[in-house]
Amino acid sequence: MNFDLTDEQRAIQATVAEFARERVAPRAEEMDRNEAFPYDLVAEMADLGLMGLPFPEEYGGAGADTVSYALAIMELARVDASTAITMAAHVSLGASPFYLFGSEEQKRRYLVPLAQGRMLWGFGLTEPGAGSDAGNTQTKAELRDGKWIVNGTKAFITNSGTELTGGTTITAATGTRSDGKPEITNLIVPQDTVGFTRSKKYRKMGWRASDTRELAFADAEIPAENVLGRRGDGLRNFLTILDGGRISVAALSVGLAMGAYDEALKYARERRAFGKPIGKFQAIQFKLVDMLVEIEHAKLMTLKAAWEKDGGRDYAQTASLAKLYAAEVSRRVVNEAVQIHGGYGFMDEYPVSRMYRDQKVNEIGEGTNEMQRLLIARMIGL
Amino acid sequence: MKIVVTVKLVPDANTEKRIDPATKRLVRAGVETVLNPFDEYAIEAALQLKERLAAAPGSAEPATVTVFSMAPESAREVLRKALAMGADDAVLLCDAGLQGSDVWATAYAVAAALKKVGFDLVVTGGLADDGNTGGVPGALAEYLGVPGLTNARAIEVADGKLKVQRETDTGYQVVTGPMPALVSVTMAIGEPRYASLKGIMGAKKKTITTISLAELGLDRAVGSDGAKTEVRELAAPPVRGKGRVVEASDGAQGAQVIFDYLKEKKLV
Repeated sequence: MNFDLTDEQRAIQATVAEFARERVAPRAEEMDRNEAFPYDLVAEMADLGLMGLPFPEEYGGAGADTVSYALAIMELARVDASTAITMAAHVSLGASPFYLFGSEEQKRRYLVPLAQGRMLWGFGLTEPGAGSDAGNTQTKAELRDGKWIVNGTKAFITNSGTELTGGTTITAATGTRSDGKPEITNLIVPQDTVGFTRSKKYRKMGWRASDTRELAFADAEIPAENVLGRRGDGLRNFLTILDGGRISVAALSVGLAMGAYDEALKYARERRAFGKPIGKFQAIQFKLVDMLVEIEHAKLMTLKAAWEKDGGRDYAQTASLAKLYAAEVSRRVVNEAVQIHGGYGFMDEYPVSRMYRDQKVNEIGEGTNEMQRLLIARMIGL
Repeated sequence: MKIVVTVKLVPDANTEKRIDPATKRLVRAGVETVLNPFDEYAIEAALQLKERLAAAPGSAEPATVTVFSMAPESAREVLRKALAMGADDAVLLCDAGLQGSDVWATAYAVAAALKKVGFDLVVTGGLADDGNTGGVPGALAEYLGVPGLTNARAIEVADGKLKVQRETDTGYQVVTGPMPALVSVTMAIGEPRYASLKGIMGAKKKTITTISLAELGLDRAVGSDGAKTEVRELAAPPVRGKGRVVEASDGAQGAQVIFDYLKEKKLV
């Protein structure tokens, strides 16, 4: 048993923490208020190597491991959840499918610019009528004259409509399997495909500086070779991607909780009531200690899932446990952080109020808390 | 062209520090050691110069950047940060006999080591965040026997000659000189870059060479034996009194109170 980070992991954590503190934190409130996607920060993150952090150098990545990736997400989410989800969705949802299932040619063509951060990419699984029920994909694709003709709609797709977005990989029903269920395949849909349109950005409660849109396909034509992975493997492949994505959201949740705790601790030292800092009162002390206990616990679970993934172990269960627990911890911690701030916590200019809004989706994205419980129940044989 | 950047490791300025009342020394426990922030600007200057030389048309041989430090063995991890920023290799002058070196002893020992390492240009920070003497760059240039150009805000190399903008109180001077030379830089040289993650991953593969005192064959004592100055006492700065809070019914009245106060102190 060894809890030490390697020199590289520590250095990456320190560098991202410094970047987050100096470059991202001062902008977080304004970006949230204006729902402004930070192109300049994304360019800086690309220069740093964050956008391709876990991919091998030969594909334009930084060649770091999943533990480093989780630490980087935590440090970004600690100051701004929007920036963290932009990076996390890019790496684990946009780029990973190409890395895991792409042909060599597809890796060269798509993964390299994605890992270099020169291009962003969407991951189109969820539909207006198929969220947790992801197998119920209504988007259909038909092979006609050497082309896929795609029809349908995708919902809540991150990074799908920025100026840097090159396209989206989607799940589409491409036929019927021998058991009567739909055959689901992953298709690569470039942004300039005729018949493929993006809605305006959703107006969201949180993650407001991230780019989230609805996608519509109306007889959208894409080349026959734009299949990612094997035909018919689409759902299974995307569910594999979601296993990794759970580490992302767990790390996002831990980071957000850390940030809320930082703010609450600072406030408890500064704010005075009845002649002394409120941190001198047990009611506030106990809240902060309870927050710290839960954060440490969630952080250890998240890093364990990342460590298992790095070791080539089966990490799906730990990732689900970590995601479920960390998401709930982020809710409890941010709620108490607002409570410690009292009335000021309800005001926009205090970061905890933004964190409170940013938190909620941690319990929804990449599998709701309820789906997480269901999945884990299946894993333990119930 | 070989550029050597000298760096110092200092206690992190962002952590609260205590002085042990018995030894009158800084309590190092719990205080992280970091690259002297001023030296990060020196690294940035060297890396910029290297990049500009590489991009210049018809540049002869590529420039390399070596990071040099006189520090204990534990400095290796901090030197990795400089390597992650983009330096090519590092040299550590490390010897128990160097402990207690003052400005003179440091400059004397480092100059001998730099002669051994070899250089076309030495780039240093303006001063160290802990000692704040700012004396080493000048003394180092003297012992190296090369021109010392201090307070540089920009460095250019063309046709083997050096052109430096030296910051002054009122503007800057443009100074040229031959190489080898030593240049100390100010913060106007440009914000130090972040170490890229690729750089961090690659830093481990770069070499850190260690030099001991014996290899330098110095003819004068360094360390506390050779130091010409001695730190007799360290003291925490006096606690500042509470500031005065002006309460006023409106801005104009408040401004008047502040103005009267400044006038009374003969400050306006």
